Amino acid sequence: MGDGVLAAVNVTCGYEEREVLDDVGMELRRGEFLGLIGPNGSGKTTLLRALTGQLRPSAGEIMLDGVPMRQQARREVARRLAVVPQMSVPPFEFTVEEIVAMGRSPHLGRLQSEGADDRTAVDRALALTHTRRLAGRPVTELSGGEFQRTVIARALAQEARLMLLDEPVAHLDIGHQVEIFELLRRLNRDEGRSILCVSHDLNLASRYCDRLIAMEEGRVVAEGSPGEVLTAERMGALYRCTVQVDTGPGGRPRVTAVGSAAGEQGS
Amino acid sequence: MTRRGLLWAALVLALLASAALSMSFGAAYVEPSAVALALLSRLPGMEALDPQLSSAHEIIVFELRLPRLMLALLVGSSLAVAGVVMQAFFQNPMAAPSIIGISAGASLGATLAIVAGVSIGVAGLGAVPLAAFLGALLATALVYVLSRRGGRTPVGVLLLTGIAMGALMSALAALVLVTGQDPARRDLDQVVYWMLGSVAGRSWTHVGLIAPYVGIAGGLTYLFGRDLNLLTLGDETAHYLGMNVEQVRLTLLALSSLLTAAAVAVSGLIGFIGLVVPHLMRIMIGPDHRALLPASAIAGGTLLVLADVVARTLAAPTEIPVGIITSLLGAPFFLYLLHRRREYAM
Repeated sequence: MGDGVLAAVNVTCGYEEREVLDDVGMELRRGEFLGLIGPNGSGKTTLLRALTGQLRPSAGEIMLDGVPMRQQARREVARRLAVVPQMSVPPFEFTVEEIVAMGRSPHLGRLQSEGADDRTAVDRALALTHTRRLAGRPVTELSGGEFQRTVIARALAQEARLMLLDEPVAHLDIGHQVEIFELLRRLNRDEGRSILCVSHDLNLASRYCDRLIAMEEGRVVAEGSPGEVLTAERMGALYRCTVQVDTGPGGRPRVTAVGSAAGEQGS
Repeated sequence: MTRRGLLWAALVLALLASAALSMSFGAAYVEPSAVALALLSRLPGMEALDPQLSSAHEIIVFELRLPRLMLALLVGSSLAVAGVVMQAFFQNPMAAPSIIGISAGASLGATLAIVAGVSIGVAGLGAVPLAAFLGALLATALVYVLSRRGGRTPVGVLLLTGIAMGALMSALAALVLVTGQDPARRDLDQVVYWMLGSVAGRSWTHVGLIAPYVGIAGGLTYLFGRDLNLLTLGDETAHYLGMNVEQVRLTLLALSSLLTAAAVAVSGLIGFIGLVVPHLMRIMIGPDHRALLPASAIAGGTLLVLADVVARTLAAPTEIPVGIITSLLGAPFFLYLLHRRREYAM
């Protein structure tokens, strides 16, 4: 499977009641910023959960660095693959710094306490995400954007080459949305992280991702550059609405839904 | 000294002060100097002090007060640490052994063992805590399975499931006691003892009975400090941070059940220590389990020792079961927490 560092090979996967993914093949390549798009219920989050080892495929294989993930120890996987799940604030009042330091867990033994290396990694993560001034604040008191940056900082402290994010800007205002994506782009370009980001926002995905994968009903239906994937025809069919595509910032396509296709709406 | 250092010093001082109170106060008052004299006389090379000691004081200090103090420390620590573990296990700060029916499960196991004729003697050493352990394990597993909703444990579901589990287990335990085979045990004092919780009249045998369980389970729990931190972030995040979630969960389930069982086997149902102590310690030293576990162990022991001093002096010479005192303190605290945390809306 090419030079993919993380790949799904013919993956069928789902929950007890039903399969969600149907024979999915895709890869996250070294050094790229990949966006995963598709309507609600198309299987984006399920694919992400399969790629992270959270869900075990009923058929097919998740490959990490060329080795099936199920054959690798959790700690080993966590040193190479960091995940930012959908936002949920923990019920206990850990400080931002404590949460970020938890990113060091896969590098530490049971009785080992954080050393100089770990503190350096935490400091760097706080600096890159501009969360250093929040370090002593309880996470239960943060705004949505602040909390999301904290979770990204925790993933950075893991010092994993791969970073997977599930709708990192959901519930954030446009200022914070751009802030998070600018941060991800910097991590991708300057820090060499390979990034896979599930996004509902087509225009953010268009602007910041190198490559997009579109999903529909548990299958990959398109992949390529934003220009190739985000066509009016394809987006209209995918999201079941009338779509206009023009050129947005950076010469990337800009998608606008202009009307719903009455009668065709599934759910 | 740092703020944190001061807090630890305060915790240890409070422990020592409560121990001193517990040695002096009770049905009979023993001067602190007499307590000190008695304790010193047992040290190597201090036998010369022995003749100055009255035999009544010696019996009170060594056969009544000291084992009772030790037992209260062990029981209080166990319940507090079990509470800390359960709160992380259920990812829910309202979980505690007495609140979600785990203590009641342990008491069912223990009463079954006692009525079946396994006496708390040298021969039956460990059998009652073991039966209590099985009861606690069963109750925890049931509550866990019944209250999980899509990978989470909503507080309302957890508390209601726990209430039902506690009621069921307590009723079964009471039924076993009231209809037990041995006519001598068929009396309500036993039921009252199990339902209200007490460390009265406990001897060195009881201390020896649970000390190994508490020591081993408590020590192992401490090794899971970082895992407990990760678990509070949710199973999914813990998994992403490299934890083998199911394996850790099973281990923690066993450890917290063992701690609860050890406490219940010798003292019945003592409520709210496992809720109040972890909350207070989180406020004092924060939620990091590597500090929270030892702090809660110290504070849990201290709180139960103090509650026991109150229990035996408030209406002296009548002994009030200490469980009544902890509930009088703990239940309003629980109500306050429910009221304060708006997000616990069900």
